[in-house]
Amino acid sequence: MTQPTLGVLALQGAFREHRQRLETLGATVKEVRLPADLHGLSGLIIPGGESTTMARLMTDYALLQPVRDFHTRGGAIWGTCAGAILLARDIQGAPPQFGVQDSLSLMDIQVRRNAFGRQVDSFTTPLKVTGLEQPFPAVFIRAPVIESVGEGVEVLAQHNGQVVLARQGRLMASSFHPELTPDPRLHELFLDLVNETVLETA
Amino acid sequence: MTDSQTGTLQVKQGFAQMFKGGVIMDVVTADQARIAEAAGATAVMALERVPADIRKDGGVARMSDPSMIKEIIGAVTIPVMAKARIGHIVEAQILQALGVDFIDESEVLTPADDQFHILKHGFKVPFVCGAKNLGEALRRIGEGASMIRTKGEAGTGNVIEAVRHARTILGEIRAIQTRPPEELMTVARDLQAPYDLIQYVHAHGKLPVVNFAAGGIATPADAALMMHLGLDGVFVGSGIFKSDNPERRAHAIVKAVTHFDNPDMLAEISENLGAPMTGINIDDLIPAERLASRGW
Repeated sequence: MTQPTLGVLALQGAFREHRQRLETLGATVKEVRLPADLHGLSGLIIPGGESTTMARLMTDYALLQPVRDFHTRGGAIWGTCAGAILLARDIQGAPPQFGVQDSLSLMDIQVRRNAFGRQVDSFTTPLKVTGLEQPFPAVFIRAPVIESVGEGVEVLAQHNGQVVLARQGRLMASSFHPELTPDPRLHELFLDLVNETVLETA
Repeated sequence: MTDSQTGTLQVKQGFAQMFKGGVIMDVVTADQARIAEAAGATAVMALERVPADIRKDGGVARMSDPSMIKEIIGAVTIPVMAKARIGHIVEAQILQALGVDFIDESEVLTPADDQFHILKHGFKVPFVCGAKNLGEALRRIGEGASMIRTKGEAGTGNVIEAVRHARTILGEIRAIQTRPPEELMTVARDLQAPYDLIQYVHAHGKLPVVNFAAGGIATPADAALMMHLGLDGVFVGSGIFKSDNPERRAHAIVKAVTHFDNPDMLAEISENLGAPMTGINIDDLIPAERLASRGW
């Protein structure tokens, strides 16, 4: 089997860290800035950064629909922090001036932005994750939470009773930043998801 | 869970990573903050006067009125930064108490201390500091800064100093990488920088924190130039709200930072933005008017 190629949305934020982590795990990685960059990818990571900035740039360069189409064609997508917000069907805490915040509306979750407070409230914590033997060192930065999940969404981790990692088919959303710690286990989990998807669609 | 920790170096430096490839904009009102957020800014810097006006008005420039900072915090959902004077521990404490997300210990304000900068490790809120060269950048990181920016020459609309500082810092990093390990203590002495941070730069070829451009960026091309030189993102101060069409210019600079290595796209982005801020020729500034010489 040929190694699948993964993309990291590189409009803004910590895309380099995701890229490096995936490359360490042996994946071929492309940075995605324009719709044409999605060609030939099996998986896509939407990194942390500012969700309003990324949404604006996705709208400017008409990326929202191509990313949705990429998912429909069988692509797997993982959103971390701002990326999780962009995946959600329902976003709470959008800028008052926007009313509704643009998103991909792919995953059946409701997300609340900045749910833990401002930067002084940002924190790290060992997080119990379904399927991992040891807790994962999770970094939460002005992080969102997943307030509610629809049918078919599997909750993989909770912090103080709030959902912070979930999966629905070939979509994954985490409200923390696995790219900021050297622990590769969640990137491995996503690579497994991509590989499963590639096999199913083959 | 009881094992949660706040205010750690990882949380502070990690937050700065999230600004990368983005534009942080100076704003003086809640309306300007909303314009910046809608244009795609990754954060806003709340201050009373933009550097161009501080330069024009003269007098002592201090931390902004807390009510104005609170109003801006209430107006937008993106992170809000604010400036404290160099060495002004109490202004920084007040800004942290207000819930500001990042503090800029800034030479744009009139320094409160000409000898000592704030010990930033003692704060839960992260700090960004300006630097003209690598030694200065590493001294600030040694004190706990989670992010570095070039000083440039704020309020001039002239990018030359930001370019000079970026080239100096990145050039000094490259020079350190070529040195054998036994020479690093002497390098630390010459640059007046902490030895362990010199070792980090030698091993990794970069600063241990995010490194932004600031001080004189006025056009999308200026912003893209700073990215091209190898910086992680840009601060734009007077350049946006002292121009003819702040909305368009702000949005264009955001796009230029993402697509900095695509000249066709930059050409399109740079069209019809209206007049940029007029700007100042740096050669005309007498030494006392140079903000970059504040701090050491």
